[in-house]
Amino acid sequence: MRQLPIWARWGVFAVAVVLFGLLFRDQSYLMRVGILALLYAVLTVSLNLVNGVTGLFSLGHAAFYGIGAYASALLALRLGWPFPLALISAAAVAALFGLLLSLPSVRLRGIYLAIVTLAFAEIVRLMLINLQDLTRGPFGLPGIPSPDLFGVKLTSDFSVFLLALVLLLVAVYIVESIVHSRVGDALLAIRDDEQAAAACGIPIFRYKVLAFVTAAFIVGMAGSLYAHYTRFISPDSFTLNESFIVLSMLVLGGLGSTAGAVLGAGILTALPEFFRFAAEYRMLIYGIVLVLVVLFRPQGILGSTAFTKPALRLPTLRRAVRGGLRGAAKP
Amino acid sequence: MDTFLQQLINGLTLGSVYALLAIGFSLIFGVLNLVTFAHGEVLMVGAFTGYFVWRLIPGNIPLAIAAGAAGAFLIALVIERVSFRPFHGAPHMTTLLSTLGVSIILLNSGVLLMGAETRSLPDPPRLGQVMLGPARVSVLQLLIIGVSLAMVLALTLFIARTRWGRAMRAVSQDLDTARLMGIPTTRITVLAFGIGSALAGVAGVLIGLYYNAFSPMMGVDAGLKAFAATVLGGLGSIPGAVLGGLLLGMAEDMTSAYFNAQYRDVVGFSIIILMLIFRPRGLMGKRL
Repeated sequence: MRQLPIWARWGVFAVAVVLFGLLFRDQSYLMRVGILALLYAVLTVSLNLVNGVTGLFSLGHAAFYGIGAYASALLALRLGWPFPLALISAAAVAALFGLLLSLPSVRLRGIYLAIVTLAFAEIVRLMLINLQDLTRGPFGLPGIPSPDLFGVKLTSDFSVFLLALVLLLVAVYIVESIVHSRVGDALLAIRDDEQAAAACGIPIFRYKVLAFVTAAFIVGMAGSLYAHYTRFISPDSFTLNESFIVLSMLVLGGLGSTAGAVLGAGILTALPEFFRFAAEYRMLIYGIVLVLVVLFRPQGILGSTAFTKPALRLPTLRRAVRGGLRGAAKP
Repeated sequence: MDTFLQQLINGLTLGSVYALLAIGFSLIFGVLNLVTFAHGEVLMVGAFTGYFVWRLIPGNIPLAIAAGAAGAFLIALVIERVSFRPFHGAPHMTTLLSTLGVSIILLNSGVLLMGAETRSLPDPPRLGQVMLGPARVSVLQLLIIGVSLAMVLALTLFIARTRWGRAMRAVSQDLDTARLMGIPTTRITVLAFGIGSALAGVAGVLIGLYYNAFSPMMGVDAGLKAFAATVLGGLGSIPGAVLGGLLLGMAEDMTSAYFNAQYRDVVGFSIIILMLIFRPRGLMGKRL
């Protein structure tokens, strides 16, 4: 069977999601789950750019999510900025933090980067708690205005659902256009063999920072929409658990695959909803999924085998260096 | 000045527990060349083993400590089996993910089995206090410092003097060559993982007794602190881990005493970031 071109595949996906939304637009519970799934998909797609495509191990997503949410909420609450402006500014703030974090730290290998990003996430959370003048600390920020577009308030769940879908498509577009460009080949080459990539003249440092900052930007947008959707945020919403959840989703879907990331986010948002008799089981499910997938299917549902076979794939490297073959199939 | 001495002893107590955690972490890293995310949860399991043994047989501190070590050792055997051995030779990311998964499972099983609230012993050890110059020091603190230092010494001697210790050093230098020389490398790595974890279990019991607080969450920050102390001292160096633990404990205690208790944890995490960025090999570590 011939595969549809990439834009058509995502088009089909978007239509399906909109149909789902139209069908269940009156059921606020399903809409809520749908919005959460879409937001998690945005997070997972952006994490994939860092952890999946570039092969860095970041656990800092919760921090950028929180920074985006707080920045947007504060801009809207204190300065009365309209939602689109707050969203873009919040994303820029998150990206700025991404830059500040990645500049000194992307040189670190595997575990060291994981720990630095993890420590960063904890520091951000503690700061959100401690900087009470700005964030009201553990009490959180209530009364964040609902999203609005050009003066029109979007209060219904369905409209937020559509907004989240648009955000996801934007995220997918950004990530996929990077992945299917020469830069994407360079990122894959860095993941497969950093030294070989450096020897071929790929500016490793710059590309790693680029991946990090782009991901932080996308996560910041998701944080902004989350804040304006729930209308109340507190530091409890941005614990390390959020980073772990997103990582589980990515690993389940398959490291390196954007479609897998969306799938993993969908499955792992929906799955705990079946176990609603005890909300505490939620994190346990994520932990079990993580262990089982790594044990029995390390490439996830749709991922490549790059994480099972540590082999240098020369074609990718060659492509990255020569810069030909736009949008060629991924290994 | 006497309050300063007081704080020094408080910091030393906390620091010696961190040191215990950090040498276990360092031992595991040195022999397996892998980092575990589950160290904090191993501490939690050890602490609760000690807690329940204490509830059964109250008042016996050595027994509680031994139970904590045993509980942590046993859970370590499972963790090694599930999240390290299947991934021999796989990329590092794999074991990071698998130990992260195991730590999430342990933490949340703990919450489900025992509830998220903090438990206290109804009959905590009452050992009284002694005056050490102008400072008032509890005997429990001295006990914690003493036990930790004894463990550090025992581990150092074990690694330096015994056949098993020599085998561990050989494996840490070159696993394949060690195997060719007839060293049972699998058994050695399991042993190293178990001993490192047992030390975390002891640390768990000590810190639980110190604050008289046992909670499934107690491992989360402790695991990060273990890493902070290890990074500060230098990954893979046992003296470095001790030094890192003591310094971290002091720094945290001084922050809460003289600056603001709410920024205590920020200090630990900032140390991790600053050290990794500016001196990744730590104070006493080998060049990376």
